[in-house]
Amino acid sequence: MNVVFALTLIMLSVSALLTLVRLVRGPSVLDRIVSLDVLVTLIVSALAVHVAANDAGRSVPLLLVLALLGFIGSVTAAHLVGEREDIR
Amino acid sequence: MTALTNVVSSVLMLVGALFCLLAGVGVLRFPDAICRLHAAAKAQTLGVVLILLGTELQVSVKFAWALLLVAVFQLITVPVTGQVVGRTAYRTGEIYRPGLVMDELADRLAADARRESGEPAEPREDAQERGNG
Repeated sequence: MNVVFALTLIMLSVSALLTLVRLVRGPSVLDRIVSLDVLVTLIVSALAVHVAANDAGRSVPLLLVLALLGFIGSVTAAHLVGEREDIR
Repeated sequence: MTALTNVVSSVLMLVGALFCLLAGVGVLRFPDAICRLHAAAKAQTLGVVLILLGTELQVSVKFAWALLLVAVFQLITVPVTGQVVGRTAYRTGEIYRPGLVMDELADRLAADARRESGEPAEPREDAQERGNG
């Protein structure tokens, strides 16, 4: 089981690295919003693996809060980009 | 915790992580914001839901409810994010035009503009065509 957790975390880390490259390079603000959203979801996935590996049920509320915050952040930022022309 | 649960949980987690990896590759490699949104919305959601399902099998019942809630919440919120970001991308014109197969919204916007400038005949035909097709 430990091998599975390690493999999962490695794949998630590689994905987070690729997303980070897009976050830094991303030509428009919308690209950065999308990659930040993916990054938050990747953190949620990694925390879920942590919960399974260490039987850390206390971290589950953290998952809920993180999912909620990622959603609100992305939608708010996208709305802001749509309404204001000076931050594109 | 039986061996069967462990096997099912491992498969779910590995497939989920694979989808997360594919989402990362898609976000890095696709040409514009809408294509990246496609990878971010679909592959990433499937990946995180599969990993959460794999985790469900490993924890006790009182935490499984909250994990299920996270998965349902992802399924509800990701389409909303995708819609808002995609709409903004279209309105701000940050679209890789050669990558589009069809653009139905452009036809609608053109019809609306025509109607506002005082030619009411055009949109009627348009609606009839759509009804027959």
